[in-house]
Amino acid sequence: MAAFLHQVFSGLATGGIYASVALALVMIYQATHHVNFAQGEMAMFSTYICSSLIGWGLPYWIAFLLTLVIAFLGGLAIERIVVRPVEKAPVLSVVIVFIGLLVIINSMAGAIYSYTQTSFPSPFPSDAWYASSYINAHEVGSIVVTLAVLVLVYAFFRFTPLGLAMRAAAQNPVSSRLVGIRVGWMLGVGWGLAAAIGAVAGMMAAPIFFLDPNMMGSILLYSFAGALLGGIDNPWGAVIGGFAMGVLENLAGAYLVGTEIKLSVALIIIVGVLVARPSGLFGRQLVSRV
Amino acid sequence: MTSVSETAAAPGTRQIAGLSLTRWRAIGIVGFLAAACVLPFFLSNYHNLQLATVVIYAIALMGLNILTGFNGQISLGHGAFYAIGAYTTAILTTKFGVPYWATVPVAGVICLVVGFLIGLPALRLEGLYLALATFALALATPQLLKFKPLDPWTGGVQGVLLRRSASNPPWGLPLTRDQWLYFLCLAIAIPMFWAARNLIRGRTGRAIVAIRDHPVAAETMGVNIAIYKSAAFGVSALYTGVAGALGAVVVGFVAPESFPLFLSLSLLVGIVVGGLASISGAIFGAIFIEFVPNLSDELARSIPAIAQWLLGFTPSVAEQAATAAQWTIYGLVLIAFMYAMPTGVAGFIRLLWSRLARGFGEGG
Amino acid sequence: MTALLETRSLAAFYGPTQVLYEVDLDVAEGGITALLGANGAGKTTLLRALCAMVRSEGTIRFGGGSLSGLATEDVVRRGIAHVPDGRGTFVHLSVEENLRLGAYVRRDKAEVARDFERVFGYFPRLRERRAQQAGTLSGGEQQMLAIARALMLRPRLLLLDEPSFGLAPLIVRDIFTILHTINREDRVSMLVVEQNANLALDLADNAYLLETGRMVMSGTAERIRGDEAVRRSYLGY
Repeated sequence: MAAFLHQVFSGLATGGIYASVALALVMIYQATHHVNFAQGEMAMFSTYICSSLIGWGLPYWIAFLLTLVIAFLGGLAIERIVVRPVEKAPVLSVVIVFIGLLVIINSMAGAIYSYTQTSFPSPFPSDAWYASSYINAHEVGSIVVTLAVLVLVYAFFRFTPLGLAMRAAAQNPVSSRLVGIRVGWMLGVGWGLAAAIGAVAGMMAAPIFFLDPNMMGSILLYSFAGALLGGIDNPWGAVIGGFAMGVLENLAGAYLVGTEIKLSVALIIIVGVLVARPSGLFGRQLVSRV
Repeated sequence: MTSVSETAAAPGTRQIAGLSLTRWRAIGIVGFLAAACVLPFFLSNYHNLQLATVVIYAIALMGLNILTGFNGQISLGHGAFYAIGAYTTAILTTKFGVPYWATVPVAGVICLVVGFLIGLPALRLEGLYLALATFALALATPQLLKFKPLDPWTGGVQGVLLRRSASNPPWGLPLTRDQWLYFLCLAIAIPMFWAARNLIRGRTGRAIVAIRDHPVAAETMGVNIAIYKSAAFGVSALYTGVAGALGAVVVGFVAPESFPLFLSLSLLVGIVVGGLASISGAIFGAIFIEFVPNLSDELARSIPAIAQWLLGFTPSVAEQAATAAQWTIYGLVLIAFMYAMPTGVAGFIRLLWSRLARGFGEGG
Repeated sequence: MTALLETRSLAAFYGPTQVLYEVDLDVAEGGITALLGANGAGKTTLLRALCAMVRSEGTIRFGGGSLSGLATEDVVRRGIAHVPDGRGTFVHLSVEENLRLGAYVRRDKAEVARDFERVFGYFPRLRERRAQQAGTLSGGEQQMLAIARALMLRPRLLLLDEPSFGLAPLIVRDIFTILHTINREDRVSMLVVEQNANLALDLADNAYLLETGRMVMSGTAERIRGDEAVRRSYLGY
């Protein structure tokens, strides 16, 4: 029983990470109908930046916040500079641009930081009061941080004028222009936010998965699966899907298929969802007019 | 004033210097094939190996193009079929002693069936959803290949080593092994391209293109969407599987890490850069994905600034850094290609060609 | 009265295809101008050209300044609100959020609050449904919402594209009465595109008639209404 609970709790911790990346994916999808295949690499690179900042002597949380700002600006810049010129291009050309981005960011990380695994600190001391035998301190902290981020993001979109404008721009760019919203900049801000959320996920993941340029590969896969499970066009669904994937992954790994092929669990879920219910558990059922 | 094109051409046929476009294309193809046959004798073994790889990629890209370019189903996971083909050859030659050339059609048939079966659930998925599902397949392929119960066959993480001597030139032909393999691949590629061309030009081709452009209209005209789409998946898997089988013979080694995500992504890159829905696009794409990484590497090492910076590292780290620089350049080239030629090399050439033809036709 | 909006030799294009030819049009300050014509005449295109939603050539002057080269978002900031055909409602957002977006470019919070009240005064049904998702409103209510949203900008000029489209006659009558009131009380000038010529000529002071991209007639509403050819082709008698 204790082992089971432990799996569930640590599954929630990694699930929080998947939920954050899933949210970032859904945000960009909703705004642009493109899937940002480079999301994982952006998160990984942000984590490396944080690692550098800490290495230069900054206290953890200062480095954390500074990284968020840098990630935001980076995401904004990528959207305005790299993605904007191909906005109108065929879907596949955009996919290739994302792949190019993925390759560039991954190799730049490798170039600057090398491919050997390094450790990344956790701000949550292992003997903290909230640690227990079921769940260690970092896992608790990770859940709290990712939940806090998700709540803040929700509040931003729901209650602020900028958040409203961004939702409008994603749903209906033409009407948005007619009320004066600068849709292009909304997209940029959206990318920036997604990048910042991804950075949080990366910084929470690094102490668990160890930092190397390929860290986000499997995380990305699980996040995709979570986003699809919840509904690729539904932010809530993405979050719930992400948490669910974390728990499912751990339980499947421990009790079903062994840790070697845990990734295939994600694959099976993705295929299963897409076959049985493509709009996901909470997504909108799309009716296409003939 | 006499026009440049004097020959009695049918009204509307565009001409350049007295020959119709079709004639020009035929000349081009013959010339290309002649060059392809003669080239290996002037190149080193290493370059012949690269040529063989280009041919292999071209076959794989032709397959992917049938599915994604002509039929509109986006697959980011074709590396899986390549792997199946490769492992089929590896297992059949090493465990069952089947001659390597005989394994190629077997790989093709197996992939045809698997592809068709995968095509069935794929019927439910459109555009980006299918891309995501196949992306997941590509990510998971290396792990799936390490599936413990299959280890006796697949050799697990270690992979399978093929006997190089088994693929020496037969009948005492005066060729090096690399030349022989190149010609073998070419000999398989040519009829496969021919078949693809006929498929696309015929009723089937029109049906699958109709499905891509207007599925509803196609259905109302009596095209059985399910059969055609699944069949397209199967056929494209067949081509890629054949390519994988040949790849295993040429490289002589298969292991799970030989088929990472990047392979599947490269195949997609190949058809988009080469030109979607085009036969020549497969060839351009193959040249791109085989040579541009190498060229990026050479470029990376030759840029003085990078070389200077590399010197600051220890040799092993410098090696890693150089690799990283190489791929950064590759990524930049990729993005630049998409800005400059969103319709791929074949599309770009088509554009140039039509401008030229128009210019000559209206001249005089 | 000086013209609030003035176009000279306005041409509009969808890609390489030209659909408007040398259109000269004036909307007087405080007036209502109708734009009539059959399907495909180019009426919607003209409104789109004014808002920089399609490529155009020629001069557009508004309130003394030129609009050429401005993006849609900036044309809006000059005080032009466009109620597009199809209404352009943000269907997944609430009625209240739609209205709030109408005032997106404004900084004067107190005045915006006052405008909320004013708009609910014109359209009490919107107040009842303020928390409801906009996509669940009926056609007539969505049209009211679209007009209300445009009013939240406190525009100097209101562009309306087929406000009567697909609506029951009683609702249409209500809406047009309200438009008349808005024009008189809030001094909002209007350019109304309508296929229903009768309705438009009742509301407007003057009118223009477009046929396949060209202006073929212009004048006061009375004169247009009295014209024999117009009566036969567009008024049905």
